[in-house]
Amino acid sequence: MKLTELARVIEGTIHVGAEQTELLVDRAFAADLLSDVLALTEEQTALVTGMTNPQVMRVAEILNITAVILVRGKIPPPALLEYAEQLGVPLVSTKKTMFETCGLMYSNGVHPCRSKAVSEMQGHG
Amino acid sequence: MKYPIRAGDVEHGGSASARIKAELTAAGVDPITARRAGIVAFEGEMNLIVYSNDGGTLRVSVEPHAVYIEVEDNGPGIEDIDLAMTPGYSTAPDWATDLGFGAGMGLINMRKNSDHFEIHSHVGAGTKIQCWIHRPEPSPAKGQEGS
Repeated sequence: MKLTELARVIEGTIHVGAEQTELLVDRAFAADLLSDVLALTEEQTALVTGMTNPQVMRVAEILNITAVILVRGKIPPPALLEYAEQLGVPLVSTKKTMFETCGLMYSNGVHPCRSKAVSEMQGHG
Repeated sequence: MKYPIRAGDVEHGGSASARIKAELTAAGVDPITARRAGIVAFEGEMNLIVYSNDGGTLRVSVEPHAVYIEVEDNGPGIEDIDLAMTPGYSTAPDWATDLGFGAGMGLINMRKNSDHFEIHSHVGAGTKIQCWIHRPEPSPAKGQEGS
């Protein structure tokens, strides 16, 4: 699904990246626990989260996150907007809950990104 | 490359690692290795911020066949390394979990993203973690010998 279509489906606002109209969001991972995003995602993905601290964008930078989608009506703080702008990572916000946002994305063709479960992390990986 | 990390410096948490990833990429390290190295550095950096007594140091070097990352502090040291390496086990304070960290996955994730991982820790003395992330062999098209 293209970024603009995604924003329409989740009734979201594109704060950063509105010019990236052709950007494809086809994989997503959702978590507030950034530790899990870092440890469990196995490929490039969009991130659905309720966290708005600068670490969200630092994680996005390290993992090559396609787009960050803030849920539950979180307003992106200026520092986050500036960082997203600098990185060129699209930032979208929606008033919908994480559950509803994921449901809408999934039913519109966005797949889960390849990931591991915590229980698979024991032993050498 | 050497990066001092201050204990409790949440605001800048992850910024050294983001810089490390950008510098590795600029140095010609391939994107997959740079991503893995960035993850290892990030987890190490957050551990220094959340757990160390007085901060510590991240050291990164680019070797011909690997990226080497070393994370070192002067304490408090880890009493039971096996327990600390158990998924979900965490002694993180609330302020770290409020930020989305301290889920008990950090050391495991460092090992997962390393091809060789060593951890040495002594209570009262400190912890040293060494990670080697192998770089892929250059493709034959790039003209290395024996292609």
